Amino acid sequence: MATQSATLPAQAPISAGVMLPAFTLWWREIVRFYRQRSRVIGVIASPLLFWVVIGSGFGSSFRSGAAAGQQHYLDYFYPGALIMIVLFTSIFTMMSVIEDRKEGFLLSVLVAPVPRSAIVLGKVLGGTTLSAIQGLIFLAFAPLVGVHMTITSFMLIVLTVFLVSFSLTALGFAIAWPMDSNQAFHAIINLFLIPLWLLSGALFPLSGASGWMRMLMQINPLTYGVEALRILLYPDSPADFSLSASMATLVLFTLFMFGLAFVMANRRTTKPAA
Amino acid sequence: MASKTPAYAVAGSEAEVPIGPPAVIAVEDLVHRYDGRTALNGVSFEVGHAELFGLLGPNGSGKTTLFRILSTLMVPVGGRALILGHDAAKEPTDLRRHIGVVFQAQSIDVKLTAAENLWHQGHLYGLHGRVLKTRIQEMLSRVGLADRANEKAETFSGGMQRRLELAKGLLHHPSVLLLDEPTTGLDPGARRDLWQYLRILRDEESVTVIVTTHLMEEAERCDRLAILNEGKLVALGTPADLKHEIGGDVIWLEATRNPRDLADRISARLGVEATVIGDNEQDARVRLEREHGHRFIAELAEAFPGEIQSISVSKPTLEDVFIHRTGHRFWTEGGESATKA
Repeated sequence: MATQSATLPAQAPISAGVMLPAFTLWWREIVRFYRQRSRVIGVIASPLLFWVVIGSGFGSSFRSGAAAGQQHYLDYFYPGALIMIVLFTSIFTMMSVIEDRKEGFLLSVLVAPVPRSAIVLGKVLGGTTLSAIQGLIFLAFAPLVGVHMTITSFMLIVLTVFLVSFSLTALGFAIAWPMDSNQAFHAIINLFLIPLWLLSGALFPLSGASGWMRMLMQINPLTYGVEALRILLYPDSPADFSLSASMATLVLFTLFMFGLAFVMANRRTTKPAA
Repeated sequence: MASKTPAYAVAGSEAEVPIGPPAVIAVEDLVHRYDGRTALNGVSFEVGHAELFGLLGPNGSGKTTLFRILSTLMVPVGGRALILGHDAAKEPTDLRRHIGVVFQAQSIDVKLTAAENLWHQGHLYGLHGRVLKTRIQEMLSRVGLADRANEKAETFSGGMQRRLELAKGLLHHPSVLLLDEPTTGLDPGARRDLWQYLRILRDEESVTVIVTTHLMEEAERCDRLAILNEGKLVALGTPADLKHEIGGDVIWLEATRNPRDLADRISARLGVEATVIGDNEQDARVRLEREHGHRFIAELAEAFPGEIQSISVSKPTLEDVFIHRTGHRFWTEGGESATKA
């Protein structure tokens, strides 16, 4: 015992701060992902598959209809497809919150002297990393739809993908936190993920929608993600909002979603925690 | 004793100079209700420094609720729980630094290796770099997993996983260790090892250990016990003292006919308090406490010929303490209300 004390004196645990716990939670998220081969295959293969199906199906169906000089529908659809990939991956990575709770792992994090903001940050950044990587894999196909990016526009696209990933992962976190079953999570996700995407300008432009539909699209934060990507990918195409307005909206949405996730994680309970 | 106390343990209570050994854990009139059910109903007790303290109770007795309140996972409706002077409800972060928690459910990540699990855990407690590395090796060899450090936890046996849980809970040198039903699912050998290790922790590192259990033989190994039933504290003391309060031996009778009638007549004729324990007729038994039980058996058999199917005499156990205090068996009513809830 004496020798053990000498090598490592009994020390008062110092404050872990935010960054170290957040880093370690992020790291775990990535390692777990990497060790589940099927998930790795899914992340890499699904943008590929998506591209092949969309490219060959949509491409030949609509290309002939497009008049000369007009945008192909496939080109129009590209930013929306990118957002869709990011949307689903982001939200579904946060199913790990429910798994952690069921497996008991989350309990050991909750009893550690770690601020809840670090838990939210670590988990959400983990999910963000995975879905942003998937989005960027899809982005590698951009030259195939005739997009040539400058360094600046590429950096801004990466930023946009990151913001969309982060905000949606935070949304997934906030939804998953109070839930105890994957089925319930799926039900809620399906209830408003699909409409969120359909009304984001991914399929048809805001200018083409009318009345209440248009209003719904305007209040849908995802619209600004799609819009920002479209402006960055096709600088010449008509836009409903300016790039700076879209980016500002995305930043605000991201902050709001992080705040929401933080508030959810901070609720202390009088009920059994697991 | 005082010199062994880690510096941070007394830091919080510098202002007040306590008389005698200060309580490491103080539970004061704790009340908790949820979903219309009272899980804890005014429980109070204290736990001293380097004590191995047991929370014994059947399922639904409130011991898990108490465990969750102490480990800061739940906020009680009334009363308070203090560990080293920190209120579990008001200063959870301060309190969390000083406690190690081992849950009944598995909390290690089986996709990570043993060392990775501890590396992750260390970061949550602000340990890093070489200090953390040394500590991980030290803990792994302590729990006998040094040679499996780089293997994924999913390849471990139940006993090894539990040892890794323990290493995880102790990694940051907590002065209080909370364990919820730690031997669930372990074979007898692994159980014995765990208890031996808890005693080493208490004796060599002055760690205060709280263990919840529903097993009498485990409760016997604690320094002191709190016995809970239906959210209330029914007994508090050392196992020996608790058993001592029962007068002499415990005698159980199986009646050939009506046990209630037999109990009444034994009480009337022999001047002892005989009670019927058990709800339905089949397993109802007559129970009485009496000094020099072996001599009293002969007296009983002569007094009620043909009415006694079987008779047994034994030294009091903790279950007898429970029956003595609550009037029913350890496993009946509590278990039923737990399944209803």
